[in-house]
Amino acid sequence: MVVIDVKGISKRYGQVVAVKSCDLQVASGEILALLGPSGSGKTTLLRLIAGFERPDAGRISIGERPVVDVASSVWVPAERRGVGMVFQDYALFPHLTVAENIRFGLRNTSRKERQRRVNEFLQLTDLVPFANCYPHELSGGQQQRVALARALAPRPGVVLLDEPFNGLDPELRPVVRREVAQILRRLGTTAILVTHDQEEALGMADQVAVIRRGELQQAGTPEDVYYQPATPFVAGFVGQADFVPGVASGQQVHTEVGVFPCSPNIPPGPVKLMIRHEAVNCRPGGILATVEEREFLGGEILYRLRLPSGAMIHLEQRNRVTWPIGHQVPVEVSLSNVIAFPSPPSEKP
Amino acid sequence: MDLSSTRDVPHFRRRLNGWSGIDPWPVASGIVALLVASPLLVIISSLATPRFDVWAHLWQTQLLELIWNTIRLMLGIGVGVLVLGTGLAWLVTRYRFPGQPIFEWLLILPLAMPSYVIGFVFLAIFDYTGPVQTWLRAAFGSPVWFPEIKSYGGVSLVMSLVLYPYVYMLARTAFLEQAAATIEAARSLGFGPRARFWRVALPLARPSIIAGMSFALMEALADFGTVAIFGYPTFTVAIYRIWFGMFDRPAATQIASLLMVFTLVLYLLERAGRGRARYYQTQGTVRPYLPRKLRGWRALVAFGIVSFVIGIAFILPVIQLVIWVTTRLEYDYRYWEFLFNTLALGLMTATLAVGAAVVVAYGLRLSRSRAVAAFARLASMGYALPGSVIAVGVLAPLAFLDHTLDAFLQKTLGISSGLVLIGSMFGLVFAYLVRFLAVSFQTLEASLVKITPTMDMAGRSLGISTGGVLWRIHLPLIRRGLIAALILVFVDVMKEMPATLLLRPFGYDTLAIRVWQFTSESLWESAALPALTIVVAGILPVLVLVKGHSRLFQR
Repeated sequence: MVVIDVKGISKRYGQVVAVKSCDLQVASGEILALLGPSGSGKTTLLRLIAGFERPDAGRISIGERPVVDVASSVWVPAERRGVGMVFQDYALFPHLTVAENIRFGLRNTSRKERQRRVNEFLQLTDLVPFANCYPHELSGGQQQRVALARALAPRPGVVLLDEPFNGLDPELRPVVRREVAQILRRLGTTAILVTHDQEEALGMADQVAVIRRGELQQAGTPEDVYYQPATPFVAGFVGQADFVPGVASGQQVHTEVGVFPCSPNIPPGPVKLMIRHEAVNCRPGGILATVEEREFLGGEILYRLRLPSGAMIHLEQRNRVTWPIGHQVPVEVSLSNVIAFPSPPSEKP
Repeated sequence: MDLSSTRDVPHFRRRLNGWSGIDPWPVASGIVALLVASPLLVIISSLATPRFDVWAHLWQTQLLELIWNTIRLMLGIGVGVLVLGTGLAWLVTRYRFPGQPIFEWLLILPLAMPSYVIGFVFLAIFDYTGPVQTWLRAAFGSPVWFPEIKSYGGVSLVMSLVLYPYVYMLARTAFLEQAAATIEAARSLGFGPRARFWRVALPLARPSIIAGMSFALMEALADFGTVAIFGYPTFTVAIYRIWFGMFDRPAATQIASLLMVFTLVLYLLERAGRGRARYYQTQGTVRPYLPRKLRGWRALVAFGIVSFVIGIAFILPVIQLVIWVTTRLEYDYRYWEFLFNTLALGLMTATLAVGAAVVVAYGLRLSRSRAVAAFARLASMGYALPGSVIAVGVLAPLAFLDHTLDAFLQKTLGISSGLVLIGSMFGLVFAYLVRFLAVSFQTLEASLVKITPTMDMAGRSLGISTGGVLWRIHLPLIRRGLIAALILVFVDVMKEMPATLLLRPFGYDTLAIRVWQFTSESLWESAALPALTIVVAGILPVLVLVKGHSRLFQR
């Protein structure tokens, strides 16, 4: 069942278009990641769904109830939408304890029920020993859990998270992400997560929507978005991608690293072929590429190689195999699926 | 983000720039700002229409003397507060000596004392007929030379003792913020302690020091009571004389406009200094410079210097006041009436000032209009203006309102209302608001700014309405700021003298006025009780300051 339905939502601030006619759907219990670089409009879109901004056009329904519809003048203010929100800076109330913060949104229930609910969420987020502490006495990670518990305690059908892991130490993030995803799934809450970290999006979400300059580039499962990027931007933003020039004709793409079968949808003419790092291998007899840079990553070494045409590709090699700069490496490219984008004539191939 | 457009209306009207209806905030804060700025505008406009006869007369009689006196006084006090404030701040931040933690905040106490109080106490003590000189003559049997206290040197010294805390507080913060790394870098480059002070620490602290000096000099320019009893004629004295002696309001306005030019220079200086100075660190762990422990005679000297300053700037005057109060034989039965007047005036003004500050502060927070920011700045400029200038400037709009009201009533009801606003409490309270709105606004703003917009949004996402957000989130968090603002404005009104002298309703005297009335006739002992009351009340804001900046007092 579709819980969040966004259709044709647009928003501009003066001359700047922040969100351009976006369509989104999130099914019940799903986590959708809104992935995009800074300034792409993802936070604006989130705030439009939450009700803190009014769109210029389009409509949004939450749980089958329209909360905003510009055409028919429908507007439900934020406090009536039943949408929880976790903010980047946590926005905890400094004058209330952890328990009081969590209790803040619980109304229309008896005192006993409220206490029970607070305890339930204290346990769920592992905050029982901190119940009577004040926010400034907690670490960043603990504050984040309080923000989550506070947003979830009223059992909203939908929760929105605005880059909630940004303030955490990088080593902590994978663990915290896993825990948050577990909590959300346990409660069956539908969630939209805004992030610029593609690792976060791919790891946590059931659906990923890539947004750039206010426009949705692609929406699909993490696998869809990674293996079948719809645009060069998505290819480059989700995972690492190099592009090698080539020519499409018939049902094949001809490049210096080989000829690959491709779908008939790609029009004939100059194209750029997407090559992920993991698709490049060292194989004797392959085309020679020159080592330009070498980065030691611990378990692996990442090489940046220059092909005869001048295009750059990357090769991941197990450590202990060290080539000097300038060394010529024979490489082959093996692609499980071919992603190629037409090269506009203005672009240098 | 907007809190204002959260009405639960299923339909919304076509809007301009994304807002439903007219944004009320620029209008509201605009009204406040224009009201507060009107005296300023009146004075400025009088500059455009110079009364040459007035200037000619002034030029012949005392204009040069006034200008020279004012400049000399600024220089004297400027040097005084600079040396005292910076030196004491350095001593207290860079060294450890017995009693240092307590002295750190004791050194702020002179702020509680109005300069006219310490002025008359010093006159009484150190004058020819005072106890010090009398004792010296008795001890040595013959006339002993003693510096004349009722002089330029005397008034500069006395006002420096009261105004140095402005420089002290800001310099202290600046020194505390200086990272150890900076000073250590200087050390590694071969700079000895004296060079480290003059060439590294002092220049780094310069913006704060200049801001502090500007504040001190603004207060000095505004002062009337001290310079009057010291017989040192400055602009404020001239304004007073012309006002009461010649009833020549336009002439007074001319002088006020000149005084305002001086003030403008200081205001710009302070703004320029403040632009680069931060008041405390909010982020980042900068390792502070560890103070050096003093031993032996050095510790004694430091202790002595600090005790001496606090002693003569605060303890000595308070003791003298207490002695006078307890040994006086006659009892001023009207004291309670004046106390009541002062308290009533203070409370009324404080409440209005905080109310107006709420309007401007929330306007700034909730409205996206750029006009509101300009209005807020305009409304906060009054603190720079001397009370006498404001008093002069307040008259014209009030007179205008009075005449308009009178004409209106004549036309409609056939009765004359006469002069209702001039000479009433309304005028006086209005003048206070012009001067003190900056105080309540800045105090409130400091609290309000800590409530992030995301906290408002969090409240709404949890189902709380706008009113709920204000009541359950804002109010608990700004309560302390509101109370602090009330206290600060209340005590400022209690201490105020120049504007009160010029604008008060006939017969409505405050404690400050009583002090003036007695001291202008050298009746020191009679002035002691009202003066002591003002000083005791003045300690409250010092406590507020210390508590509010308690982070500054922790290491």
